[in-house]
Amino acid sequence: MSDRAKIFADIRRALGVTGAEEARRRAVEARLADPPESVIPARGQTPDPVALFRTEAERVFATVEMVGAAADIPAHIADFLQAKNLPPRLRKGADPYLAALPWHTTALRLDEGRAEGADQVGLAHAFAGIAETGTLALVSGPDNPTTLNFLPETHIVIVEAQKIVGDYETFWCELRAAYGPGGMPRTVNFITGPSRSADIEQTLLLGAHGPRALHILIVGTAVP
Amino acid sequence: MSAPLNSADFAANAHRALGDAHLQQALHVSRDGFIAKRAKAVARLPEFEALRDAARDIKAHTLANLDLYLEAYEAKVLAAGGAVHYAATTQAANAIVLDICRRHGAKSIAKGKSMIGEEMGLNAVLEAQGITPVETDLGEYVIQLRHEMPSHIIAPAVHLTRDQIAADFHRAHKALPPERDLSEPAALLTEARNILREKFLAADIGITGANFLIAETGTSIIVTNEGNGDLSQSLPKVHIVLASIEKLVPTLEDAGTLLRVLARSGTGQDMSVYTTLSTGPRRPGDPDGPDEYHVILLDNGRTKMLGGDFAEMLRCIRCGACLNHCPVYQSIGGHAYGSIYPGPMGSVLTPGLFGLDHSADLPNASTLCGACESVCPVRIPLPKLLRQWRERGFARHLGPETQRLGLAVWGFFAMRPRLYGRAAQIGMRGLALLGRRGRFRSLPFATSWTTSRDFPAPQGETFQAQFAAARKKP
Repeated sequence: MSDRAKIFADIRRALGVTGAEEARRRAVEARLADPPESVIPARGQTPDPVALFRTEAERVFATVEMVGAAADIPAHIADFLQAKNLPPRLRKGADPYLAALPWHTTALRLDEGRAEGADQVGLAHAFAGIAETGTLALVSGPDNPTTLNFLPETHIVIVEAQKIVGDYETFWCELRAAYGPGGMPRTVNFITGPSRSADIEQTLLLGAHGPRALHILIVGTAVP
Repeated sequence: MSAPLNSADFAANAHRALGDAHLQQALHVSRDGFIAKRAKAVARLPEFEALRDAARDIKAHTLANLDLYLEAYEAKVLAAGGAVHYAATTQAANAIVLDICRRHGAKSIAKGKSMIGEEMGLNAVLEAQGITPVETDLGEYVIQLRHEMPSHIIAPAVHLTRDQIAADFHRAHKALPPERDLSEPAALLTEARNILREKFLAADIGITGANFLIAETGTSIIVTNEGNGDLSQSLPKVHIVLASIEKLVPTLEDAGTLLRVLARSGTGQDMSVYTTLSTGPRRPGDPDGPDEYHVILLDNGRTKMLGGDFAEMLRCIRCGACLNHCPVYQSIGGHAYGSIYPGPMGSVLTPGLFGLDHSADLPNASTLCGACESVCPVRIPLPKLLRQWRERGFARHLGPETQRLGLAVWGFFAMRPRLYGRAAQIGMRGLALLGRRGRFRSLPFATSWTTSRDFPAPQGETFQAQFAAARKKP
């Protein structure tokens, strides 16, 4: 007997079932097709998720800037890098939103593609923000390669204000709307602050293997 | 080969741990941090208790339908281009990992933190085949350098002080200048980051655990703060996920509910820094990510627990809250338990997975104070389960004979209430007479109490006599 057959047989023996029970099958299919609503914290049910997102992201040591219009993004990034004494050079993916920005108005040098070990600054465009915990949601692909989120020491993320949702339940709905029911991007990265470790005497240290700094630009205003 | 287990030496281990100054210092530092951080996070979320109920119900529902959710999960992983491997035992799981390594001619492996990997004793198996596994979680890296087991399920090096870790780094990182200053934790972290960065980039295969598996989408989830798990799984050409069958949850919403209680219970964070949902290998056009995505589903005793008295233990999401709040764990640390799963959850799980014969002391390593159950995010009745193991150990004569004798003597009197009352009265009066100074510095049959503290002498009448007298009053 294969290990697969053995494990299924052992589970069914333990549960006293055959696996063919109609009622069980229907209950499982129903739950997978239409997930029941669970407890949703009131915290995310705010009329101003952008403000809550900012508060929560700053609580976990991300830095946050508000940017009026997309066209202002390159200048904000150039200023940020200068203030941090970082070289005016960053790596990004093929994201069309980022590609359309007026980079020529700055002296920034852009590299495209997946992150390399030597990259100091990575730039990504978030799929969404989740206000409840100040969390960014990034999806993998040629537009925003996953390695950009982890290899460079400084991570700059653009999130549009209208993409910031209050709670995780709303986010799952957005994700299903984009990828189809049961469909998923290869990777969804929830990112809540810069990387850290408390493995040495419970001392909180920022900058473990991932970025030491997470800088978030919130662009525009939420559509009422 | 499976995980090293020396739970039979619990009493001696615990004794040694209590006398270990380094360990006591490290435990003292960690204890208050964990408890305060959880309390703060819980206070900020009024729905936390309702979320614990919901989390318990999700896991209970999934376990009751585990066969069907596994089928649904497997179909989704395959549809996404991944592979699912079933392993009834740790030997089978190790063989699957080795087979994948051989096919790719792997020499070096970057490992994210995985308790299933610990359960399999995977590192030793890989090393025996000339493959170098590198633990990339900072705490796991430190204990790998020391050839130790983790002492905590989410903070593997919590038993060590910074000075000990600095000494290990000086010993292990010989290429660096010996006079460098490693007195600050930040210096240790930076050094580990630089060393491990090379290992990530050179690794042929990445291995991670999984906090959850989602049936709806065929997704595995890892939760980390360092980002090591993500580098382990996105840089090498092959990603292997090690998971046990009870990690399954039905839907994205269900995973979301469990995530809401996981980090708050363990580290006191609302969310860990990186929560990563992975579904299959690299897609067409992807510039990064693994070419192959394998999930190994391990049973190793879990289906045996599923139908029995310890099924509730399978709800555990490995947050570590019961360890952090346990007065026994916080006094002796994790290594004394002799199992990779220490503390209250470990004292229930270890006999379940590895057998009670070698771990009969563990269910007794508890005061049954109930702190563990009061903080468990999925409401596992740990004291009840510990008591059940005690009953089994007693029935199978696994405890010391003196304990049976004592219980037999007590049972003789307890079944004869009049005699019990009289004997207790005589005993108390005798003790009170001998202990006129109000306390005993030493007492026969109670030396393990009196070696470290005084035993109070009885004052006045026995409880039963006082109770009877009070009832007689009008």
